Amino acid sequence: MDMLELRGIDKVYRSRGKPPVHAVRALDMAVEKGEIVALLGSSGCGKTSTLRMIAGFEDVSAGSIALGGRRIHELPPARRKVAMAFEGYSLYPPLTVRENIAFALKSAQLSRSEVTRRVDEIARLVEIEDILDKYPRAISGGQQQRVSLARALVRDADLYLLDEPMGQLEPQLRAVLRGRIKSLLAERRMTAIFVTHDQTEASALADRIAVMEGGVLQQFASEKELKGRPANLFVASFIGEPPMNLLDAAVTPSNGGFHLSVGTDMVFDISGAGLDGAAAKALAGTPQVRIGIRPQKIAVGAGDVKVKVISNQWLGDQSHVAGDCGGRMLIAVTPGRVAARPGDIVPFALEPRHLHIFDGDGTCIRHAEMS
Amino acid sequence: MEHSSLAGRIFRGVALTLILIFFMFPIVWIFLMSFQTNEQILRIPPRILFEPTLANYEALISGQLRTAAGNLQISFMRNLFNSVVLSSAAVVLALLLGVPAAYAFARFKFRLGESIAFTLLSFRFAPPLLVLLPLSLYYQELGLNDTYFGIVWVYQLIALPLILWIVRGYFEDISPDIEHAYRLAGHSWREAFTRIAVPLAGPGIAAAGLLSFIFCWNNFVFALILASADKQPVTVGALAFVTASGIQYGQIAAAIVLSVTPTLLLALYAQRYLVEGLSLGAVKG
Repeated sequence: MDMLELRGIDKVYRSRGKPPVHAVRALDMAVEKGEIVALLGSSGCGKTSTLRMIAGFEDVSAGSIALGGRRIHELPPARRKVAMAFEGYSLYPPLTVRENIAFALKSAQLSRSEVTRRVDEIARLVEIEDILDKYPRAISGGQQQRVSLARALVRDADLYLLDEPMGQLEPQLRAVLRGRIKSLLAERRMTAIFVTHDQTEASALADRIAVMEGGVLQQFASEKELKGRPANLFVASFIGEPPMNLLDAAVTPSNGGFHLSVGTDMVFDISGAGLDGAAAKALAGTPQVRIGIRPQKIAVGAGDVKVKVISNQWLGDQSHVAGDCGGRMLIAVTPGRVAARPGDIVPFALEPRHLHIFDGDGTCIRHAEMS
Repeated sequence: MEHSSLAGRIFRGVALTLILIFFMFPIVWIFLMSFQTNEQILRIPPRILFEPTLANYEALISGQLRTAAGNLQISFMRNLFNSVVLSSAAVVLALLLGVPAAYAFARFKFRLGESIAFTLLSFRFAPPLLVLLPLSLYYQELGLNDTYFGIVWVYQLIALPLILWIVRGYFEDISPDIEHAYRLAGHSWREAFTRIAVPLAGPGIAAAGLLSFIFCWNNFVFALILASADKQPVTVGALAFVTASGIQYGQIAAAIVLSVTPTLLLALYAQRYLVEGLSLGAVKG
């Protein structure tokens, strides 16, 4: 059974004298028990609004939220059985770190020794044992963030909401904490939703990622699925580093298949196994498409696309080669070093089976072959 | 301040002394006057050295004012008591009404919210005398004339806007997420208000309360028009020292010393607490 179910959620902010802001549109989402979900998107995409509607600090303009079979969108926050770590930490200034964390357990009515045990346990997990007796104002932003995280995770809740839970931490500690939190959540079968704009964090921590943009859920799938089968142009260009190469291509039918030509420099033959019925129908109906190819799928040093190198960077484990091909930029990522200087002409190989094809409004017509 | 040179420190000392003398002189002079007789005060040239007398204080406390024209009853202690009662009651009432209102204005956006808040502030713009005439007519109709409640009520014109606007700022500085966190932990918003918001805004509430106490204490016209002798505060009571046989400067000075003392002590006590509380603030939002 789904632990959390969002159905037809709309959020409109109205303020006098200004046009209403439609922050979240027709959001449907179901999260299973024990699942960790990331809400990923740029700022203003509606991810934090969604989190706050689940917590109960914002009303839903339309739609319903169910948690563990209970309809919670009409309940006050206190009765939703939801724990949250806030982006701004929001610790209680007059209480010590230990009291801040223990405070979250107050309503659970545990014995004092049990509270101490649980606070110590969670403090060990996020490495704040040495600051337990300090006050929030005396500790750094990163420490406050970990306290805030501990205060949420220490509770027994049906759902854990984490708003940018590791934004302030140093990269090393972030990696360590991600691992620990992931195993804590998995071990206790805790259901969690966290908001982030960091893809690495989303893929490292989440089972599934919900990509949001302009208040609309673009795609809700595993990281592999998002990368391999992006539902639309936005997801394709948003997920992946460096971003997918996108090119405009003209469609011309040719003996049972199609030719996609990018200017006069590249022509791709899409036919046979790489073309199913629906894709063929869609391609037949549109003269112009966008095609995308992951930089990792472009082979450097062979092939019939000649590019003029703009930059060539060796990042220690891979090379990023950016080249110009008839006024279009292509980026290729290869695992080895490439001996090319800016200005050199280098052949790139782009295979038709690696192409993602999108129609005029950005919807995916054909996915690249999954490898 | 270790970087300052000796000359700089001396200069600062001199400057501070001059400023202190400039501001403290009237208070010191009044304090000295309160231990002098009228003759000593009116001597020309005035002298710093004199034989102190407690006659002024005796007269005030006993309520017997001896003048050349005979004995006069004054109710200074009664006035002092009235001042304490009226100002405290006005501040308590204003806090009870103003703090929740300030919270509402800080946290919730509602129709006409800003207009209501501004209207409340505008009470401070109106010249009191303009308000007083219609008010005294209404008060007579309502039977509120010459009652403690009536004066406490009219003092809300002074105290309420002050508290509302100062405390509102403090509430706005507290991140609402601190209350959200508290509410998620299983508490109602009422509890979040009383246990989180009010304590965190404590220094601001204290400052606003103190300021409005001082303003109420110093008010003159409202009580002059709306109250008769037995309900009047010290500010109005001081008029009694302008007698048929002349102005009783000594008693006035003593009355000022006595009436300033409570607010001064309160301010000194609260100042320590305020500084402490304000440095406690700085809530990261």
